[in-house]
Amino acid sequence: MMENNIKHHLTDDILIGYAAGTLPEAFNLMVAAHLSLCDTCRAQAESFDAVGGEILDTAPATDVMLEPGSFAATMALIAGGPVDEIRAPRVPDSILPGPLQDYVGGDLADVQWRGIGMGVKQAILPTSRDASARLLFIPAGAAMPDHGHKGTEMTMVLQGAFQDEDDYFARGDVEVADSDMHHTPVADIHEDCICLAVSDAPLEFQGLLPKIVQRFARI
Amino acid sequence: MNANDGKRMLWVDHMYRIRDDQDQQAFAELFAHFAPRVKGFLINSGADGSLAEECAQEVLATCWHKAHMFDPARASVATWIFTIARNRKIDVLRKQRRPEPEDLGWGPEEDPDQADVMALQQESEQLGRAIAELPANQRELIEKAYFGDLSHSEIAEQTGLPLGTIKSRIRLALERLRHAMK
Ligand SMILES: [Zn+2]
Repeated sequence: MMENNIKHHLTDDILIGYAAGTLPEAFNLMVAAHLSLCDTCRAQAESFDAVGGEILDTAPATDVMLEPGSFAATMALIAGGPVDEIRAPRVPDSILPGPLQDYVGGDLADVQWRGIGMGVKQAILPTSRDASARLLFIPAGAAMPDHGHKGTEMTMVLQGAFQDEDDYFARGDVEVADSDMHHTPVADIHEDCICLAVSDAPLEFQGLLPKIVQRFARI
Repeated sequence: MNANDGKRMLWVDHMYRIRDDQDQQAFAELFAHFAPRVKGFLINSGADGSLAEECAQEVLATCWHKAHMFDPARASVATWIFTIARNRKIDVLRKQRRPEPEDLGWGPEEDPDQADVMALQQESEQLGRAIAELPANQRELIEKAYFGDLSHSEIAEQTGLPLGTIKSRIRLALERLRHAMK
């Protein structure tokens, strides 16, 4: 389900963190969802995995000793058989990439939306508390909820599109914002917009009401 | 020259022997090279010695059980083991799920084309050499980013370097890496 027209990608910093395993779960979810749609970033992420592999391979072997009997213990683990991994089946051709389906527990119809005013709805996804992930539903032409922009925030379009002062974001595009950003993105008039938004700042509930509802016409 | 040059195809062959013949000798050699390094990775990420030992055993056992999933046209053996170890770290140390992208397949349906395997393994050799040739300060930073469970801001605290410098140095190191790969 690759998208070929993605113009706004993940940053190297985020992709390195994903490869190294140092990101909060919500950010990992954003990366996994984007990589499900974006070949460019997937290739980049694989090269950062390869850097990790090389560093592992060339780490000095003398630094760490295994316990005596380590190999025998591992052979005993192997004799015990593989650990079963249960993965829920994923719906093909959903607007939700596979990793998001895992967190929603199904498809778009299974999302537990909660209205937060002006027709905007959100569903907070179950991730670790060091960062948050939520799906946002913004009616066509409506302003996105004010994000507050503390810390790092990433928003990826899943359906429809939104626009801010400078750029247009369609399916698969990621807007990366940090605390010095001030803007009011607006959903495209042609279709309701569904996004995944992640943030490493605590959610501010009073800030979630859209400040202005404004309509705009695309030129 | 990097001491690991030429070893990559050997490790690929070991993986085939483990997959096809349950070859314990091949596995013992793989274990001797990678188990201590995986344990070191987990200790650097914050595990104590006994937890790191336990996880390293589990990671190597997974290599045996998932040998049929290893695709040498997509990754070196070291890279594949690194991703298993990293996922185990997130699972055990951070107690989080690791969301994975939609599968385009780790897991070859049949043996990949030998030319693709050679090309990928040679590329990873070039990458290894490029990393080895980085100036020491840049290599250290990359090692810390992967092997210390440190975010950029935590690296800044440890090294006393301002955040902007670290981001630009990592970026510079990666650019040099990419340049060396051309
Ligand atoms: Zn991308």
